[in-house]
Amino acid sequence: MRFGVLQFPGSCDEVDALHAARRVGDAELIWHAERDLRGAEAIVVPGGFSYGDYLRAGAIARFSPAMESVIDFARDGGLVLGICNGFQVLCEAHLLPGALLPNANLRFTFRQVELDVIQSDTAFTCASAGLARLSIPAKHSWGRYYADAATLDQLERRGQVVLRYAPAHNFNGSLRDIAGVCNEAGNVFGLMPHPEHAVDALTGDGSTDGLTIFQSMRLAVEGARV
Amino acid sequence: MSDGATLPTVQDALALGLTRAEYELVCERQHGPPNQVELAMYSLLWSEHCAYKHSKKLLRTLPTEGPHVVMGPGENAGAVDIGDGLVCAFKVESHNHPSAVEPFQGAATGVGGILRDIFAIGARPIAVLDSLRFGEVSGDRNRRSRYLLDGAVAGIAHYGNSIGVPTVGGEVYFEAPYEQNCLINAMALGLAPRERLVRSAAAGPGNVVILFGASTGRDGIGGASVLASAELGDEHSDRRPTVQVGDPFAESKLLECSLQLLDRGLLVALQDLGAAGLTSSAAEMACAGGVGIDIDVSLVPLREAGMEPFEIMVSESQERMLCVVEPARVPAVLALCERFEIHGTAIGTVTDSGRMRVFDGPELVGDMPVGALVEDCPLYDLSPARPATPIYDPPPATLASGASPRDALLALLACPNIASRRPLFEHYDAIVQSRTVRRPEQADAAVLAIRHPGKEVRARDDGEGADGGDIGAWNHAGTDGADTGAGGDHGPVPALAVSIDCNGRRVAADPYRGTIAAVLECASNLACVGAEPLGTTNNLNFGNPERPHVAWQLTEAVRGLGAACRALEAPIVGGNVSLYNETSSGPIYPTPVIGMVGRLPDARCAGRLGFARAGDTVALVGPFAPSLAASELAKLRGQELPDGLPDFDVGAVRSAQFAVRGAVRVGGLSCAHDIAEGGLAVALAECCLAGGLGAEVRLDALAGEDGEDDDPFRILFGEGPGGFLISGIPTGVRALGRRTRVRVIGTVRPDVLRIQLGDVSLSAALPELAAAHAALAELFL
Amino acid sequence: MRARVLIRPKAGILDPQGAAVERALPALGFAGVANVHVGRLVELDVEDSSQLDSMCERLLANPLVEDYEVQLLS
Repeated sequence: MRFGVLQFPGSCDEVDALHAARRVGDAELIWHAERDLRGAEAIVVPGGFSYGDYLRAGAIARFSPAMESVIDFARDGGLVLGICNGFQVLCEAHLLPGALLPNANLRFTFRQVELDVIQSDTAFTCASAGLARLSIPAKHSWGRYYADAATLDQLERRGQVVLRYAPAHNFNGSLRDIAGVCNEAGNVFGLMPHPEHAVDALTGDGSTDGLTIFQSMRLAVEGARV
Repeated sequence: MSDGATLPTVQDALALGLTRAEYELVCERQHGPPNQVELAMYSLLWSEHCAYKHSKKLLRTLPTEGPHVVMGPGENAGAVDIGDGLVCAFKVESHNHPSAVEPFQGAATGVGGILRDIFAIGARPIAVLDSLRFGEVSGDRNRRSRYLLDGAVAGIAHYGNSIGVPTVGGEVYFEAPYEQNCLINAMALGLAPRERLVRSAAAGPGNVVILFGASTGRDGIGGASVLASAELGDEHSDRRPTVQVGDPFAESKLLECSLQLLDRGLLVALQDLGAAGLTSSAAEMACAGGVGIDIDVSLVPLREAGMEPFEIMVSESQERMLCVVEPARVPAVLALCERFEIHGTAIGTVTDSGRMRVFDGPELVGDMPVGALVEDCPLYDLSPARPATPIYDPPPATLASGASPRDALLALLACPNIASRRPLFEHYDAIVQSRTVRRPEQADAAVLAIRHPGKEVRARDDGEGADGGDIGAWNHAGTDGADTGAGGDHGPVPALAVSIDCNGRRVAADPYRGTIAAVLECASNLACVGAEPLGTTNNLNFGNPERPHVAWQLTEAVRGLGAACRALEAPIVGGNVSLYNETSSGPIYPTPVIGMVGRLPDARCAGRLGFARAGDTVALVGPFAPSLAASELAKLRGQELPDGLPDFDVGAVRSAQFAVRGAVRVGGLSCAHDIAEGGLAVALAECCLAGGLGAEVRLDALAGEDGEDDDPFRILFGEGPGGFLISGIPTGVRALGRRTRVRVIGTVRPDVLRIQLGDVSLSAALPELAAAHAALAELFL
Repeated sequence: MRARVLIRPKAGILDPQGAAVERALPALGFAGVANVHVGRLVELDVEDSSQLDSMCERLLANPLVEDYEVQLLS
């Protein structure tokens, strides 16, 4: 199972994502200027401040050569996970609906949050069966999920809302407490919290719940191979 | 040498901060009056900030050597050996005066500057800590201090978070003497394989000097603008910005480029540009190497038009580095800069002239002996005199005089110096890079695993294999040295611990003992997580040293610093001095901020702050001789500072640290907490809150044992170095008791903290303690 | 040709920056302030001003949540 983790100028958590993915399969970094995804079977668009968050978070990264390849990869059904800034990039690239706006409290906030698993049969949550809640750290200043009411209704109807902030854990004001959404086809998923920082009990404040997302992706890829 | 421009006068020299005598000495070294460029450069290099005129002689008395020291004071940062071929580089620096002007950018560029110092010696920054001081923020006349606090926290968060270095700890104090002079001290640590460490000494006449990073503008020039050739009225004040503006994204690129240059062995020397920009960088590199340097300012990439040579030499534009490169390697260096999308320009040459020469194209515009610039600045002796009368006004009382011990406990938990810092540290990413084992408020010190899980990352070779390096992808993990195997989940995980501490009010009460206490507290915090100190850094924040009472504070503090570091065998590896922090209303509290790094053999056993389970034994370890002198309770009561602090036995404190550290390392304790501000009762409350549990303790055995009176407030809230609050299963605590004196005081219980002392019976439920402890939240709504 | 693009949050979307400014002004003594919104300004020299709308749609603004206005300055 091969993961490809994109790396932009200004990415911060790409190496963390790389090491998290390596607990589950092979993983390599893919430089933003490269178009070749090197046979990756799943792509991770990591957190950080790509291009300094200049203009808007993710606005510039979405046009990089690597992202153009990722867009094709996603259209062909490849699995794409966007974490934090990566989620922002996927929304800017229109691979996911909605947009991420500045936190309602206008502050960068770092907090361990609890997430309710709304859809436990997606390619990103199938290995979390039995875990109704995931404890994962969130750290961002632009994480308020927004889409208009009609879109939100549609997302809920179609089961595209995958994770919600548990009660009292939504510090950024995301509408309908949405923490993570997937596209209609279910192969592209974005979330604001950082699963790559909850894969090792020693540095994960006791939680390894984030590992289930990477494990789910591997199950999905291996299942699709058969 | 062109003399077309009018020579600056002695008045200009005075306006730039030189004394008349210093100006005359410059004239002597220059064999005539200095021109505009030369005067600008001397005035900066001979400023207190660069030359340490009033402190250097004192600093020479500090212990700087030890078995772990790999790089001592004098380089961009210090470094200690941490085993496995790795070193930890660390240093603390201040950015006090710029932050008072613009707290966001002042604090942000303070972080940027200290990070550069770390990677300038070849280490990858892995953590930041901040040590802040402001005026009071509760009450009505607090608007400015709240503005500074808000801006500084936001600035530190902006820079650290954006560049991907976790902010893992720190401290903040609110005291009236800091109201006009806030303190923003930033500490950083980095890791490097020992062979990648680099020094700043320029070498090799004929070698090329390359400036790389951001372009150069007018940041920080402000004060030197008296030298401008053109007359500028007020309407042009926007052309002379005083504030440096930081760009963490630019620094991120600069950091990766610098480490790659070092990994490939392309550099002879490396230096970052900080205070005094190109002037100090180039001059210091030349001086350290015993060589000369020629710089051509017309080659410097500029972001503003029409900059004069002196402006280019003194600009403090951020995110720039200077390196020395052998001519054959220049193309490779410039190519790497381009790859990382930063400027890289050859701007000069190393010479054997021993002179610093500045050219503007073909024209020589400045010519100075390197030694004169860097080493001939006069050093001054201080004239210390112990003050005969109090320097500081007593604080206003905020606690009613008849307050009960229970009232006092809640008031202390809610006071700004003790309340939870969570509303602050939630602004900081404390976990990026995946090393953080103890996050803020989980233990007395931050703990960082020394590792990267998994193998080094190597991007595929894209055809430039001859260098042996990889340039295809930025490579955090790949440049960090030893790895401990895939997964890293088996076997001990060596870790670093770090703490930053200083109680300025206690130093004001007794500069000698107060400074020793600060050093001891730092080491105690390390002991609580199981770490032994390897080395120390310090930032001396003081008022005007030309005033005898401040000179006395500084002298006594340095004396205490030296004594404590020797006693703990934790030598000084580097630091910073910030003087003249005072206004007409007087100086700040003398604030020697201490940063200490330690090592623990296994992060899996790192100590914690919170009570762990009901039924655990609660006990006191170490010399417990609490005193209300200069305590937080005394402050709440509106008491004047005492003249001197009670004596204490450093050896006894050290023994206690040793014992606690040992017990934590073998997993024999559930928690360990250094007793500090607010004393034992506050420490108990903090352990309760961190663990979500209560406790039932009896303190009668502590009263009167040291011959002091039986004031319950003293036992409950008295302060002083050396006391540790611990908890653990009874057998674990008994085991510790066989090695050192342990006084069992009670048991961990659910929900409520109950303290019995004589006829004082204090009881508080967790929600009430938590509500008091959350007092700072309202500052960050 | 010099152009200026003003980018504003769409009406109806929570604008906490605007709200923060709206609270701060009266606290400084300025009365009668309402309806504050905070956006962004982009200024650029362009050879072909007909490309500006497309630039806005693709990069300078996020049309999902922002409105933009192009001003041509001479």
